[in-house]
Order: sequence, then C-alpha cells, then structure tokens
Amino acid sequence: MEGGAFDGARAAELTAELRRSFDSGRTRSYEWRAAQLKGIARMIEEKEADIMAALHDDLAKPQMESFLHEISLAKASCTFALKELKRWMKPEKVPASITTFPSSAVILPEPLGIALIISAWNYPFFNLTHVGPTLMGKWNYVSEFRLLSIDPVIGAIAAGNAVALKPSEVSPATSSLFAKVLPTYVDNSCIKVVEGSISETTVLLEQKWDKIFYTGSKNVGRIVMVAAAKHLTPVTLELGGKSPVIVDSNVNIKVTAKRIAVGKWGSNNGQACIAPDYILTTKAFAKTLVDALKITLDKFYGKDPLESADLSRVVNDKHFSRLTNLLNDQNVSGTIIYGGQWDEKRLKIAPTLLLDVPHDTMMMDEEIFGPLLPIITFEKIEQCFDFIQSKEKPLAAYLFTKDKKLEEKFVQTVSAGGILINDTGLHFANPHLPFGGVGESGIGAYHGKFSFDTFSHKKAVLSRSFAGEASARYPPYTQQKQKILRGLINGSFIALLLALIGWPRD
Amino acid sequence: MEGELKEVREAYESGKTRSLSWRLSQLKALLRLLYDKEDDIFKALEQDLGKHRAEAYRDEVGLLIKSVNYAIGNLRKWMTPNKVSVPLVAFPSRADIVPEPLGVVLIFSSWNFPIGLSLEPLIGAISAGNAIIIKPSELAPESAEFLARSVSKYLDDKLVKVITGGPDAGQKLLDHKWDKIFFTGSPRVGRIVMAAAAKHLTPVSLELGGKCPAIIDSLTNARDRKIAVRRIIGGKWVACSGQACIGVDYILVEEKFAPILIDMLKATIEKFYPAFDTLSKIINKHHFQRLASLIKDPSVADTIVHGGSMDSDKLFIEPTILLDPPLDAEIMTEEIFGPLLPVITVKKIEDSIDFIRTRPKPLAIYAFTQDEKLKNRLVSETSSGSLTFNDTMLQFAIDTLPFGGVGASGFGQYHGKFSFDMFSHKKSVMRRSFLLEYSFRYPPWDGWKLPFMRSVFHFDYVSLLLRLLGLKR
Repeated sequence: MEGGAFDGARAAELTAELRRSFDSGRTRSYEWRAAQLKGIARMIEEKEADIMAALHDDLAKPQMESFLHEISLAKASCTFALKELKRWMKPEKVPASITTFPSSAVILPEPLGIALIISAWNYPFFNLTHVGPTLMGKWNYVSEFRLLSIDPVIGAIAAGNAVALKPSEVSPATSSLFAKVLPTYVDNSCIKVVEGSISETTVLLEQKWDKIFYTGSKNVGRIVMVAAAKHLTPVTLELGGKSPVIVDSNVNIKVTAKRIAVGKWGSNNGQACIAPDYILTTKAFAKTLVDALKITLDKFYGKDPLESADLSRVVNDKHFSRLTNLLNDQNVSGTIIYGGQWDEKRLKIAPTLLLDVPHDTMMMDEEIFGPLLPIITFEKIEQCFDFIQSKEKPLAAYLFTKDKKLEEKFVQTVSAGGILINDTGLHFANPHLPFGGVGESGIGAYHGKFSFDTFSHKKAVLSRSFAGEASARYPPYTQQKQKILRGLINGSFIALLLALIGWPRD
Repeated sequence: MEGELKEVREAYESGKTRSLSWRLSQLKALLRLLYDKEDDIFKALEQDLGKHRAEAYRDEVGLLIKSVNYAIGNLRKWMTPNKVSVPLVAFPSRADIVPEPLGVVLIFSSWNFPIGLSLEPLIGAISAGNAIIIKPSELAPESAEFLARSVSKYLDDKLVKVITGGPDAGQKLLDHKWDKIFFTGSPRVGRIVMAAAAKHLTPVSLELGGKCPAIIDSLTNARDRKIAVRRIIGGKWVACSGQACIGVDYILVEEKFAPILIDMLKATIEKFYPAFDTLSKIINKHHFQRLASLIKDPSVADTIVHGGSMDSDKLFIEPTILLDPPLDAEIMTEEIFGPLLPVITVKKIEDSIDFIRTRPKPLAIYAFTQDEKLKNRLVSETSSGSLTFNDTMLQFAIDTLPFGGVGASGFGQYHGKFSFDMFSHKKSVMRRSFLLEYSFRYPPWDGWKLPFMRSVFHFDYVSLLLRLLGLKR
C-alpha cells in the first residue's frame, strides 16, 4: 500500500472502492471467480522463491521444505474450489407445495457483497485453522503464509464477493510481501490486502461490510461482533478453546501416545488452535500413559529437545513469558514430570508434561497454546466427561478408545466444534467437514463448500403463474372461502381443485 | 426470572431434550394446542390487532399447523448424522456431520403476527433439541398472555417457557448468556440484541424488515392484470393492514400505466372492503401517530389519490394510495409498516432495477411480469431475502424455501429444515482406528518423509501407493 497512515479516511476510501467494484458486477461471473482462484494458485507457485527470500537467517533447510509443504496445502484449497465452483454456483430447484400450486421454487446463492477477513491481531498466531495442521510443525516466518488464512479468501472469492484481507501482523516480512505480490496476480480492484495491527483493524471495523470473517481470540472476537452489530453485519468467528483429550485404558497405547504427541508438539509446538490442550484419564491408567508419552517424546525429539531441529520455537517473547509464567506458578511447578526446560534467547520451550495440575490455576483456565501438556486424572472415566462439560465448549475434543460404547457416548454428549476419535488434528484436513467452533469457540464454519456458503446469501426465488387464482385468499371472508383456505393450507388436493376452478365465485 | 432461567438450564443439562421421542412429543403437543385453542388464538388476535379469523388462520394458525406436521414428518431424517467422504489417505476412517442442539435459546417475537412469529421458530428450536425461552412482544398483550398460559400447559414447562414483559424484561434477558438468540423485529432493536449477544459470543439470527417493492410491468392479458392487482392488495392491506415485514411497501410502475393501476386498485379495494370490518387495526397509538405523520406534510399529503381518512380512537387508517410522493420524504425512506401505499412511477420498467439497487436490501422483492429478460435481470442484479414473481407473500408458506433477510433486512434463515439447522450445531466427527500407522507422520523428520507428505497432500494416490509399497509399518 502507499505510504501514510491507514486511518479512518483511508479505510472509508477502501470500502468505497471495493463497493464500487462489487456493484459493477464484475465479481459475479464464473469466469472472473475462476480467474482469481487460478491467479492465487499461480502466485503461490511462481513466487515461492521470493517468499522464501523473506525468511529469517536462522532457517535450516528442513524448515524451507516445510514451507513448500505449506504452500501445497494452500494450492490444494484453490484446486478444490476450482473443481467444485460450477456446482456450488448452481441454483437448487426445490419442490414447491400444493398450497402454492402452480409454482416453481429455486434457491440461488449470491454474494453478500464486500467481505472483511481478519487474522488475529492481539493473539497473532491464533489462526492456524484452515487446511490442516502442519505435520512438519516448524515455526518460521514462512509458515506465516498459512496464517494468511487463504481458505476464507478462497471461499469469499468463489462466492463472488470483493474482499479486504487484513493478515496477521506477527510476520511483517512475509505479510508485506504478500500485500505487494497478491495484487499483481488478481483483480486488485476487488481483492485488497491491508497490513497493520490494532489501529488499522479498528478503522476497518468501523466501516460497513456485508460480512466479517475473523480468526483469533475470544476477546477480540467480541470486539469484532460488537462492531459488526452497528451495521447488522453477519460474522463468522473462528476462535479457540482448551481442546481436551480423553484417554481410555482400552487403547493401543503406543499409537495413542504418538498421535497425541504429533498433534501437540508436531503442530508448531502446541501453537495451534486445535492442538490437544490437556489430557484427561483415569488414575489407574495415568502411569501407563505418561510412560508411553515419555518414550515417544524421547524418540521424537531426543534427550536434548531444545537442540532438536524438529521442534518449533515460541512465536515471540510476549508468548514466551506467558508460557514460562504458567510454569512458574507455585502450584504448577511441582507438577512437572517431564521436560520443563527452556531457552529464553532462542525462545524455545521443551515439550513438558505435568501431572494433576490444580484445576483453579491459570494453566487450567486459559488456552495454553504452547508445548505444555497437563494430564488431569480422575477415579472414573465418566468424571473426565463431566470435567469437559463443566468447561466452555472447545474447538476440538479428542477421545482415544477401542470401546464403541464409550465412543458413542462421547460423540453424543460432548459438544465441541469438531470431534476426532483415536487421532488428533486430521479431521481439519477434510474439505467435506465443516470447520468451526460452537459456544465460546466460535460462530459459523468454513472449509470446502462451507467456505462458499459462509460468504453467500441463499436467495429464495419463487415463480407463480396467473393460473390457479384462489379467491379464498381475499376478503370478504365467507364461510366457504374459509373452508377452502383451510384445505389449501393443509395441502388438500380437493381444496386445490376447487380453488383452481375458481370456487367459490366472488 | 432468575429462578426460571436456572430451571431451564438445569433441565436442558439433564439431557431430556436430546431424544427423538421428547422432541416429537413436544411437537405433537404443540399441534394439539393449535387445534384445541384455535378460538382462543382468534380471540387474542382480534383483541390485539382486530385481525379477522380468516386471516388469523391463513397467516398464523394454519401455517403453524403445516409447519409442525412438516417437522414431525421429517425430524428423524434431520437428526440423522450426515456421512461425508474421507480422503483415501485417512483410511480406515469414517466422517460424519452430527447435528446437536445449541442449548438454551431465546426467541424474541414481533407484535404483528405474535402467535406465528413466536411458535414458528419454536418448532425449529424444539426439533433441534433445545430448551427455549420465548419473549413475546408486549405490544400484543393478549397474544402474549395466551402464549404464557397455554404453552406451559401443553408443552414441557421446565424446558419451554414464555416470559412476558416490556423492554425491561427484554433487557434483563439479554444480560444473561444464551446459546442462541432469534430476533424478529426492527433494525434498531436488532442492533441492540446483536451487541448484547456479542458479550457472550452468542450466535444470533435477525429477522428484520425493509421496504419491500412490488414492480408491476405491463401485462397484456386483462385477466392477468386483474389477478395481479388482487395479489398486490393481498400483499398489502389483506396482510395485517400493511403491518407485515414481507408486505408490499411500495409499487414501481411505468408512468403510463399508473392511472390504470390506481383505478384497478381502487375498484378492487372497494370490492374486498365494502365495509372495513375485516381490515386489521393499527397496533397502537404510537404507530398510528407515526403513520399519520408520514402523510401530514403537504408535499406528501398532496400526492394522496385514494383514502387518507383516519380514526385515532378506532386505530383505523383507510387503505391509502399515493402517487409519486417525494422520494426524500420519510414515507419513502423508512419502512412504512401500515396501510399507506406509494406508487412510484418510472419511465421504463427497467429503471426499477436501479431504484431498488440503490436502496437497502429488502426482505422481499415482488415483480409482476411476463418478460423473461426483466426477470433474469432482477434475479441477477438485485439482492433481497427472497424474490417472488407474479404473486406476494406466498414464499412464506413454502417449507422448502429458506426464509430470512440479507443486508439491512437481517441474516439467518428458517422455515422447514432451515429452522432445524438454524438452531443446531453441525458437529464434525471423524473416527479412526488404530490400524494402519504411517510412520512418516512423526518426527524425527528424516529426508524421505517430506516427499511422502507431499504426495499425501496432493492427494496423489499413485505415488503414495508406490511409496507405501516400499514402507515399513
């Protein structure tokens, strides 16, 4: 963007331009939408080198590889949308009813207009939400690319909207590269990137949008929704939560430990909204589980995890302090049973297990978003269920068990954005499943067609003919008319026939 | 109030609403209520709105019966989890979308269809397995009282409650935490509701209003013209004297046809209303005065071509037609919600499209035309909650069409299955087994693992298979 502060006047100008572009009708055609999606895919491919050049010096080669892998995920999202777009755009014919015979009815998706997509601004890395967690899990400026929340942008464009994207400011280098490069690959009168953080986001939120999509923290989610309320703008909020894992005793413990570990520490070292936050298990099984986790962690990261090339660092010193403070709490530090080391200079914290952290500590109250894993034990597995119910609904809830009955009970009684049995993280890579929270973990869903839907209005279109005029609808209301009316509304064929032949006559 | 809210929450947590049998029992009870208490409903509506029993049946009771039956017939299907495909790489696994209730929901209803707008969302909320508090509008007090008395008698009174009262009661309710709020009413109050909901991150649906235009193109057939006029009147005065969110607010017609249209409207009004005893009254003095002031200004009053008489004691306003009132007058900038019908003339009927586009998106657009080109342009160049050709109001009665607004007319849709969906959370559930472990998922990430991952995420099953064949489990 040009120089000078992005203030209220600039924000108003931006929305006015987007609105003009949208009103011109250019975003409506299939051709325009497909061209934008292809442009994004091409950009991701062609600008790989430039994007990698924005990386920090301390990136080792595997991290660059992980970046390539991340790019593939973003591209896969484009490809899926391109493949399905025609089908998503098609009007859906629906059966009308006897009451309104003869008529034909159609549901037609149309764009909402101009959409604002925001990545987190005070919990900057809270939006690792779209096409799946990084199974390579390295923190670097490159994976910031995923943080640009390509998936909602793809959905908004596929649905025919004009878009303003406010990417996360946690990595200004990559974010500003994106801001420079994207406009050259797409129709930049309809797709804009605004860099900045709190003040830029604030002035953007003061404008009138037709849709706001926000990924980030609860506190800011509230602010976004209050701002949206002024203009009666619908919102989708992808927030976080404490995603619990219940581990039953009837499991394959080796596989369980590996899947939990990769879901926790293999996702940017715990810094993912759907990473397991804490574990619940029975007192009897705890030791088995802890031993298996310890063995797995030794295998994954070695005896000196802070030196492991496969362990991500904490994103910045603010969060580093937050996490170390959680550990320093006098009621918590004694519960550490594995790990607990950290290196402030390199912002690294080792995978840490804690056993039976007191429930009233900050660690058990706030989303951890880091490599600390509390294990809370109860006498009976049912108490684990109760514990989850006593807390806010999370974005994800996990259960490891071979017991089908326990599995069914979990699915039926635990409310969460999404549930995964016997694994972690995977369900988010499935474009056929809606991804989103419930309760305090969020409002609305996206991924795949759900992204398209979240940025669309489903317009009902009803066509009637002039035949079949039922005088029963109009006053004066004779007894006969009232009888026919009753029949018509209740779908009575006879009433319909009588009405069609114009009985009763006026 | 606190005690009641606590009771509802506890009753919901007990899990009683989850079973199909509970939900069906409530829906059937609602049906019995509608059959048993029909006369009471007619009486309440007559007292609150002077509504004729035929209209009360046509617009509220009858539609509710239809909706309950539709829900009863489809509920099992709606509750069934929806199986979705899983990428082959996740084999063996199973993925479903499982609908579950949101929890305890709050329904605010409006005064113009006080029974219908309270109970229609209730049907959806019950079907989805929620516990419900209904807060009916205090402007229709007899209907509110009726609901408070009867709902608790017929339905599970611990899980479905009616709380009556004015704005204070509404505000008190909004201070609490809900799992969903459904609001029908004005944009002004809609903003307050959404801002209050934001504190608790509560999802909301807002059914607001707008100025719903009816475009009247030239119709070649005299019979069609007659029917069009009847349907327009059906969408204006016959619908609660114009006090309907999807009622026709104003008309757009080519200037050369305006005189004919107005004559036909006058004649048909006379036929429908030889006396005005079937015309609903204006809800109260406040709205009566609001409507009276819309036509007070001489620049507006001078454009009245029919009607205009009022009786503030009887809260009666005659069906009134205006021809080209000033576009910046309040009657053309605010939702009228009453028996005043501006007829706005345009040079060409296509000009209607721009007229509508430059104004806030309405809840409904009506167009009487046989011109396919005009129809297509309206479909693609205007946006509204719904678009209906050659009739008015009927889209409301079709269970398979989503009902709701867009832009200034609101967000969130209901009716039929959309009601069930509106009050549900669609939970993603993926189930895996412990079989088939891919070691490439886990650190340490040696060189060979990355190309593997790439094949996986490209859904490149051929190279995945080739790699798999050389892999150690």
